[in-house]
Amino acid sequence: MSTVFIAFQTNEDTRPIVESILADNPHAVLDEQPAMVKINAEGSLVIKRESIEERIGRDFDLQELQVNLITLSGYLDEDDDQFTLAWKN
Amino acid sequence: MDMKANKKKLGLKEKYAHMTRGLDWETTYQPQEKVFPQATFEGIKVHDWDKWEDPFRLTMDAYWKYQAEKERKLYAVLDAFAQNNGHLGLTDARYLSAVKLFLTGISPLEYVAHRGFAAAGRNFPGVGPRVACLMQSIDEIRHAQTQIHALSNYNKFYEGFHAGASHQIERLWYLSVPKSFFDDAFSAGPFEWMIAIGFSFEYVLTNLLFVPFMSGAAYNGDMATVTFGFSAQSDEARHMTLGLECIKFMLEQDPDNLPIVQKWIDKWAWRGIRVLSLVSTMMDYMLPKRVMSWKEAWEIYFEQNGGALFNDLAKYGIKVPDCIAQCTVDKEHQSHQLWLTLCTHSHAMGLHTWLPNADEMDWLSAKYPNTFDQYYRPRFDKLREMADKGERFFANTLPMLCQVCQIPMLFTEPDDPTKICYRESEFQGEKYHTCSDGCKHIFDDEPEKYIQAWLPVHQLYQGNCWPEGTDPTAEGFNPLAKYLEWCHVDGRDTGDYEGSSDQANFAAWRGAATQNT
Amino acid sequence: MAVKALYDYQYPAADTQDKFHGNQLLYVGWDDHFLFVAPLAFPVSPNAKFSELVEQTLTFAYGRHSDWAKIDFSKVVWLKSGQPFQPDMNKTLAEQGIKHKDALRLQTPGLNGNGTNF
Repeated sequence: MSTVFIAFQTNEDTRPIVESILADNPHAVLDEQPAMVKINAEGSLVIKRESIEERIGRDFDLQELQVNLITLSGYLDEDDDQFTLAWKN
Repeated sequence: MDMKANKKKLGLKEKYAHMTRGLDWETTYQPQEKVFPQATFEGIKVHDWDKWEDPFRLTMDAYWKYQAEKERKLYAVLDAFAQNNGHLGLTDARYLSAVKLFLTGISPLEYVAHRGFAAAGRNFPGVGPRVACLMQSIDEIRHAQTQIHALSNYNKFYEGFHAGASHQIERLWYLSVPKSFFDDAFSAGPFEWMIAIGFSFEYVLTNLLFVPFMSGAAYNGDMATVTFGFSAQSDEARHMTLGLECIKFMLEQDPDNLPIVQKWIDKWAWRGIRVLSLVSTMMDYMLPKRVMSWKEAWEIYFEQNGGALFNDLAKYGIKVPDCIAQCTVDKEHQSHQLWLTLCTHSHAMGLHTWLPNADEMDWLSAKYPNTFDQYYRPRFDKLREMADKGERFFANTLPMLCQVCQIPMLFTEPDDPTKICYRESEFQGEKYHTCSDGCKHIFDDEPEKYIQAWLPVHQLYQGNCWPEGTDPTAEGFNPLAKYLEWCHVDGRDTGDYEGSSDQANFAAWRGAATQNT
Repeated sequence: MAVKALYDYQYPAADTQDKFHGNQLLYVGWDDHFLFVAPLAFPVSPNAKFSELVEQTLTFAYGRHSDWAKIDFSKVVWLKSGQPFQPDMNKTLAEQGIKHKDALRLQTPGLNGNGTNF
């Protein structure tokens, strides 16, 4: 299986996003780098709007991820409720 | 009581469909083929543009909103950096050679990328890629602008930042390496442009360029570069998905597209890897505080990440480019060979070089156990010995360049690092030389393109690289001095870091900042 | 025409000999001497004798290396386009078929920077 990953700037906005991803993807692994936090996962990774909203206490539009996103790897599928990264092999 | 009336909203996918495809139309005043004249000449067959899947589904209103927010954050940091003399937080001003290389070599190309995506957006019949290319075009000019803004603060205090985009990108010899890469892509058709830049550069290779540079900046106290780098990278994530979607789309539209796409992947992976050889020196030699070795970055960002990608593309029949096997060998040699080149040629460059000290050489030994002590430590030792005797070595004759990548022919045979790799081709009675099987193959496939190359060394020998009115027959004529004048390279920009004005100024200013003077 | 284009894609070569003010381009690489990181490029007169090439042009470029003065040119190996080549010191480049953009390699067995290839 191949690894997908997503990386964000390290700041207070991304902290709840990263926590949500780790909670919703038990197989994911955190990799902290200078000014950047990277999350690697075998096969696929899902980011759920609801999980983030629970943590930040307000409505969240998944497209807000754009502001702090650094890079990613894998095919992306995006809708109102979740953002999925996966390889299709 | 606090009641929210929920307005009915279109879902993300629907909204995107209405705002993009919903606004498209088939032309009737003119035939589609006349409106999109570049759509078929490259041989790529598209039967149904509607099959294009929009990865990020960003509409223009969302685009403006999030980009504006990124800009506000970015410029707040750049302002704070400038206001507070953030440059004094650098580990050491040697670090700035990396920034100089980036800002003179890469930033002007962001502008070309802007032009290229505007052209691609204009020339694709499909509305999905048109919208995505338009946004990427705006992103790329944003990158050019933000990099120039970040640069402008360093330009106030340090040498070598003053003429990158205005003159040097078209004149200074080592900058022809990245320039020719983009010229090659920009003069191709829109489909090749997408594979060259959208896919190979922005997807396969981008992490090798940006993450090390930005991590290097973070490790060395360069807040301005970290900030613009990460801010640009968030645009890059969209670019990556565009590139990946593009290749997937081409491969799914018609099996006849496979050999064309494979050829482009092979070509552009190799061209990109050659350009990145300049980045390898940054990671292994220019950063006072190093993040990881070039070899390690290659292994993570190309071998592993690229491996996953090519595993996925295998289902379409795509193969890993042949040249990649050579890269596995080259990763142990490249940075050292390149830095030795820069060290012996920095009298003709707009950035400083220096020899690695004992601790740095020990780091290199540890990171490169198979090659550094055997091949390269003795060379640095010898250069240091010569310098200590007052015989600091600078090359006095111009090097032979590769016709395709335009780098000096410093690369060695894949199976023998003690032998320069020479490859030769003939076309219409003229000889052409390349540095590797990869570059030779590219030349032989499209010789009509590469015979036109503006090779700096040859242009110098043709007498095309001096200021207007220069008389090369005059008494005391100094060709190097005149060349540097033409390139807008100042004497203070060049040569050793030791004894440079950058070194003296940084020490004086940082000293002043930490004492009660 | 290998380049795919919307028109007849033909452009002149940028580096034909006529552009070099009476000179031709010659490339020379000295094997096992990586002080010179790459082979060098020289504009030389086609009417220069090979001996002048060695004594003036190449000596200027390579003379700083301590091995250069030790070379016995009767014992070296020359290659042209990778094939063995026996230059005639007294003939000009033109007379002995050394053409524009030819690449020569000089091998000096036994001299390799004291075993460092540098």
